[in-house]
Formats: sequence, C-alpha cells, structure tokens
Amino acid sequence: MSEIAAAPPPPGLSAGGFLKNNLRQYGMLLSLVVIMIFFQITTDGTLMRPLNLTNLVLQNSYVVIMALGMLMVIVTGHIDLSVGSVSGFVGALAAVMMVQYHVPIGLAAIACLAVGGLIGAAQGYWVAYFKIPSFIVTLAGMLVFKGMMLAVLGGQSVGPFPVIFQRLSSGFLPEFILGQDDFHLSSLLLGIAVALALVYFNVRGRARTQSHGIAVEPASLFWAKNAILFGAISGFTYLIVSHRGLPNVLVIMLVLIALYAFITNRTIIGRQIYAVGGNVKAAKLSGIRTERLTFFTFVNMGVLAGLAGLVFAARLNTATPKAGLGFELDVIAACFIGGASAYGGVGQVTGAVIGAFIIGVMNNGMSILGVGIDYQQVIKGLVLLGAVCVDVYNQRR
Amino acid sequence: MPPILTMRGISKSFGNVQALSDVSFTVEPGEIHALVGENGAGKSTLMKVLSGVYPTGRYGGDIEFDGAIRQFRGINDSEALGIIIIHQELALIPLMSIAENIFLANPPSRFGVIDRAAVYTRTLELLKKVGLDEAPDTLITNLGVGKQQLVEIAKALSKKVRLLILDEPTASLNESDSQALLDLLVGFRAQGISSILISHKLNEISKVADKITVLRDGRAVETMDCADGPVQEERIIRRMVDRDLESRFPHRTPEIGEQIFAVENWTAHHPQHAERQMVKRVNFHVRKGEIVGIAGLMGAGRTEFAMSIFGKSYGQNITGRATMSGQEIDVSTVPRAIAAGLAYVTEDRKQLGLLLAEDIRKNISLANLNDVSSHLVLDDIRELQVANGYRDRMRIRSQNVYQETGTLSGGNQQKVILSKWLHTNPRVLILDEPTRGIDVGAKYEIYQIINELAQQGRGVIMISSEMPELLGMCDRICVMNEGSFVAEFSREDASQENIMRSIVRRGEQAA
Repeated sequence: MSEIAAAPPPPGLSAGGFLKNNLRQYGMLLSLVVIMIFFQITTDGTLMRPLNLTNLVLQNSYVVIMALGMLMVIVTGHIDLSVGSVSGFVGALAAVMMVQYHVPIGLAAIACLAVGGLIGAAQGYWVAYFKIPSFIVTLAGMLVFKGMMLAVLGGQSVGPFPVIFQRLSSGFLPEFILGQDDFHLSSLLLGIAVALALVYFNVRGRARTQSHGIAVEPASLFWAKNAILFGAISGFTYLIVSHRGLPNVLVIMLVLIALYAFITNRTIIGRQIYAVGGNVKAAKLSGIRTERLTFFTFVNMGVLAGLAGLVFAARLNTATPKAGLGFELDVIAACFIGGASAYGGVGQVTGAVIGAFIIGVMNNGMSILGVGIDYQQVIKGLVLLGAVCVDVYNQRR
Repeated sequence: MPPILTMRGISKSFGNVQALSDVSFTVEPGEIHALVGENGAGKSTLMKVLSGVYPTGRYGGDIEFDGAIRQFRGINDSEALGIIIIHQELALIPLMSIAENIFLANPPSRFGVIDRAAVYTRTLELLKKVGLDEAPDTLITNLGVGKQQLVEIAKALSKKVRLLILDEPTASLNESDSQALLDLLVGFRAQGISSILISHKLNEISKVADKITVLRDGRAVETMDCADGPVQEERIIRRMVDRDLESRFPHRTPEIGEQIFAVENWTAHHPQHAERQMVKRVNFHVRKGEIVGIAGLMGAGRTEFAMSIFGKSYGQNITGRATMSGQEIDVSTVPRAIAAGLAYVTEDRKQLGLLLAEDIRKNISLANLNDVSSHLVLDDIRELQVANGYRDRMRIRSQNVYQETGTLSGGNQQKVILSKWLHTNPRVLILDEPTRGIDVGAKYEIYQIINELAQQGRGVIMISSEMPELLGMCDRICVMNEGSFVAEFSREDASQENIMRSIVRRGEQAA
C-alpha cells in the first residue's frame, strides 16, 4: 500500500457556491441580525441604545451560560429539564451561606459550583449507567431541587448579598487608562484587541490550511467575513462601553463561549460527544467510553447551572423562591432555535448562543413595544416551532 | 385440481444485485411444499414477493392464486385472499395478552367498542385448534418461543387461511415443540390448507413435505416430488450448493506464521436470558497471515462469539481465556480490546458501524483519535491527511473526504469502516459478513483488501454466510452451529458439500 499522501486540492468554489453550501451556519446569524434590525426600527432605536444593550446582556447571561451545557447534553441525545430548579437551588444556597452564615464569598461560590456538579453527577449517573431516560430523571430532579430551594429559603427571600458578590452581575470592568468616571477607553481597547486577535487567528488558520493544499473559502468572501466580524465586535463594544463599560458578566460569558466552542470543535472529547449523539452503538464499538461521556456532560451541565444560579442571584441581589422558574424552557429553546437536533449528534455552541440572543432580543424588543407577556409567549413559541421546521425542511432537501 | 398458487418467471433485483431470476413455483391444494437453499439463496425474497411486501410492479413475473392473476399492493391484499406469512422473527407484542395479539388488527367489536367476551371465546377456540393449553389473557412475554410460534399460527387461523407460509418455524424450537408444530401442519393438510415451509432441517422436511423446491443464487434449480419415493438428503445438499466457482476471488499465496490470537474455553450467555448459553466452551485460534473462515447458519452464534470477544460487546457471564502471541490479554472493554490489537468490522454497517450523518474523515479517525491529535486537541490537518491517505489506498469513491458516509454506496461504506479499523493498526481483524449487500465489483476490491491484510502478517477472521466466499478466500474454515464449533476444514479438504453437510447434520442432532 502506498504512503499517506495529501490528495490534490479539489477545484475551488465560487463565492456564491460557498455561501450556498454554508447557508445553514450563516442563516441563524442572519435571522438574529434581521430580528435586531426589525426591533431597532420599530422601537425607534431604543434596542441598540447603550443602556438597553447592557441590560440585554445582563438579562440573558444566565440563559447563555446554561445553553452552553445544555447544547452538549442535547448533542449526546439527552435533555436536562432540571436546570431551572438547580440554578434556583444553588442561588438559594449561596444566599444562605453568604447572608445568614457569613461564609467567605470565594469559598461559598466554589462550594455552590461544586454542589451544582454533584447534582449533575447524581442525575447523570442514572442516565448514563442505568439507562433511565434523561427526560424522567431530570423531571424528577426539577421537582426535587425546586422543593429543596423552598426548604433552604424557608419560603422567604434572602438578601441582600455582600457588595463584592453583587459585582459578579452588576459590576463593570474598571477603567485603567483614563480616570474612573471618564470614557471607558481600556474596555474599548480590549474589545478591539479581541476583534483583531480573532481576525489574526482566522488569517493564520487559512494560511496553514492553504499551505497543505486544501481548498479554502474564496478570498473575497473570507475578507468580507472578517471585515464584518471586526466591525461588528468593535461597534458593539463601542456601544456597550459608552454606557458604563464592559459588564463583568459579559467577560465571563465570552470566556465560557470561547472555551466551549473550542472544546466541542477542536478536542477529542468534543468529537466523541458528537459521535455518541450520532450513533451511540457505533461509537461504543469504536472504543469510545459512551457512558462516561454522558455522565460528564451532565456534571458539566450541573456546574454551569450552578454558575447561572449565582449570576442570577447576584443580579437580583436576593435569592427568591421564584428564582429559576421556567429557565429550562428558554435554555432548551435556545439550543433548538440555534440548530441543535432533538435526535442528537447535531448542534453548535455558537448556534445555541445565537439562539439565546434571538430569544433575548425578542423578549427585550417586545417588552419595549409594550407587547403583553401573554402574546410574547405565543410569539416565542411560534418562532421555536418555525425555526425547527425550517431546519428539518432544509435537511430533507 | 388446479394448483392453488402458481408463480411464473419471478425476478427481483436490488440495485445491481439480482436476488431472484426467473423463478417458477407451484403449490397444489392441501400440499406441504418445502423451500430450501443457503442463506441468501432468495427464499425470503420470494415469499416477500408472494405476500405483497414487494408490491406489484416492483418485481417481474406473474402470481396466479386461486385461478386468477393477482397484483398485490401490500400485505393486506394477500392476507385478504388467505395467504398468511409467519416470519422467523416473531411479530408478537410481548406485553400484550395472547388474545390481544391474535385480534390486534381486527378485534370483534360492536360500534367500535371491543367485544371482550367474543375475543376471549374465539381465542379459546383457536388455541384449542393449535393445541395450546394457555389462558387467553396470558402475556406473550410469559410464553416460551415454541408457544409463541403456536400463537402466531392461531393468529393466522383467526383469518381465513388458504396458504400458510412459515419461515424457519422450528429454528429456535426444541424437539417436542418442533414435532407438535409439524403435526399441526399435517393436520392442516387434511383440511385442505396448503403450507410453504422454509427450513434448514432436512430431516424434518423429508418427514412432512410433499414436494421440495431447491433455490440457489436466486434460481429454482429443482423441484423434487416426494411421492416418487424418499428424497436423499445428499441429493438436496448437492443441489443447494452445486455451482462453479469462477475466478471471483483474487489470488493469494498464503504465508502463514505462528499462532497470533487464540481463545480457550470461551463461553457467553444471552444478554437477557442468563441461563441460555449462546457460545459454548469454544476453542479457536488464528495464525499470522492466515484467513480463517467461520461458516454457519444465521443464529449459529458467530456474531455473538465475535462480539463477546471484542470488548464483551455481546452477552453476559463471559468466561474464557484470550491470548495474543501467547500472552493473556484483557478484552473486557472495547478500548482494551483495541489496545490488545483486535478490530471488529461489524455486519451491520448502518446501525453499528458508521456515523451516517458525519463525513468520511470523522468516521475514519473515530477509533484512534489520539493519532490525529496532540494533548487532546485535534490536529485537523493531520486528520485530513490520514483520511485522504485511506481514501486513496482503499479507492473510496466519493467527491472528497467531507462527503457524508450516509450518501455512499455499500461497498464504499465498508471501505470507510475498514479504513477506520486499519487506522488502529490491529494485529487481528474480525470481519463479520464483510461483503453483505455489496455489488460484485466492489466485492472483488474488498477481497483484495482482505488479502493484503493477511499478506501484511495480520490474522484475519472472516465470518460469512456465503460459502463460495469462504472457500475462495480462507486458508481454514470452521463451522459453527448452536454456539459450538462442530467441524474444521483445511483449504484442501473444504468443499461446499461437506460444509453444508456438517451444518445440516448438526441441526438434525439438535432437533
């Protein structure tokens, strides 16, 4: 047999042809942009005001954080209905520890994340090793942890939190260059630096791919894409920092998004998660420890639900018995709107994040327009159904 | 009396594979007609044509039933005329009662409400007819296989049955249950009900059949009339396997080295029924550069044996010793079996072999991701080079390695799976039905690949239901039956006749 050799590069694709092939990836982003433009016009520009943008990020941070974990759970072919209750429970635990028992903030936060992980492990154990349907296990978990939250809080709200803990959600990056009350130049520079870094990595990756004789997207499209990417990030940063700077929680969120996008796309464990969701029997016969991976995705989900609970509690500055109510629905909807498949094996972290923001922008825009909570629900439900229908239709074609 | 069924010039193909060519077949009223042939000879396909599973227009030829040409559009059309088929895999619902199963589709009812009393009494009558002494509300799951088979027949009798088709009805029955079933068929014959009996157990066939038709490679080669005196089993066997082996197999000069892989006293039990031994104290070995074939009928335990070795992927209470070059190896999980140098290429490409929605590249790297990564991070360039390398070596026909494997032909899918396992650099490969559902041209390429594997000094174990393939490829052929190895032939001694003889002889002893 011959030595391994790279195949000759396949014929290059035209810009139009490439766009067509990748329509699905860009389609979601395009939907988000269209929805934003729609509300920007109908709300007379309120949507993109710095104050509102900041609020939008803060309001959706916990949904985005949980969507990262939920996406991995859904990709393995499972579901986690308990995330709302778990986040509420962990928030309550944090309040009791910090407010009533005066546990140091760092210690309490770490303990809360660990509790989230333990809850995920307890549920994942039944799903992965006993093959009990995740729907049932996490439905049980939803009831159990909702009840435990009430028990921990004694049916009352507990707060307020120490000021340092509140900064997790309501704080902003400090200004280093100018004075504390001036324009947030260092935050703006940070945003531009991130945008430049992303473009740099794209250029480097493209050159590396090309040097191995592998076909890449057309240059015109590549540069257009990067120009838009750079413009969007810098512009968005400018808008947001002109309010009070970069929110701390946005920084946490972005770091997590980058981390999970990397794990799912570039690591062995990410590849194996998709394999388990695609065909669990074939994955197992290929030497993948399918049970362990499923277990891991639930542990991970638990930790992220715990973090979301902390973020939410810090934002409200109190742990209420209603915290976390119905969060799981927004989180799951975000994943499916973002292109994940209910049958497993398909879905992207970036898609789930875009899905979360589609929901967030709609919530926000409709509230500004004065649409009642009743019709907001109707519209959101229809958007979810529509998004999934379009996806299924595209796959059948 | 005119025949009740005449099938004339039936042809059916799947893609490039001709499953039936010009088969003619006649059943008289009140006749038990046996249909025999190897796995894949076309028996089941012929019966599916007859029962309307393949609707009219999807096959060539005519079906004449009860004096008129029939064009069945589905199984309901044939059932309406009294053609009832009982499949090898029973189609009963385990958690429903006998009565509910029998009257599943058309329960006696008044104004759409099921008449429970009528269901009960009519079930009792039917059970009496088939000689099954069980209460109608017994759940199917509480019955043994033999009794389930009788429930299937009772279900057939609940409809107006003229022609009963039984596909391997006694394959999983013990001797007394088999006898009861055959007696039942003889009783039906007296009532004018005809039966078509598909079976591998030649002794049973010669006991009850009026006529025997032998199918081979999709053709009806002979119909023997038992009224002309008893039919010799030898004659049936010869007709079943008699064919010339053209140069369908690439030449190889075997270079066989020392023993590389062996199992001793290997036993495995059924995953649900712990008391059933599916693999019984098997001793088996393969040498370097050797291709060993495992012959046997479906359900003989070949796949179960292979999968129980490969990471205990089948069964429970698995005991025995596995060695690689004399050293005992741990094969208790798939990753350990792979690390020990084993690879198992499944017979079920779509369910157990491929990620159909993923591309060729990701499928090839799946079993050895460490090779295409550093520090747990994937190196996509290296992965692409590996995939392209195998695509060239194996001649996988595709646009590029980014094509989804679900869109490939069977032969190319098999090459992807072989690539995946070669990427783990195994010392011993177990190939389970490596050419099933693959067209002739691609088969030859797969044979070439298998020969190369042996030439590289690997041990190759090849499970196949196609006897010519085993004879054309293997240095040694073992015959498996009901979980045991019952015979072994060297390349020189092996012939279709003596392999088939050891398969059916053993089936008789067990029956």
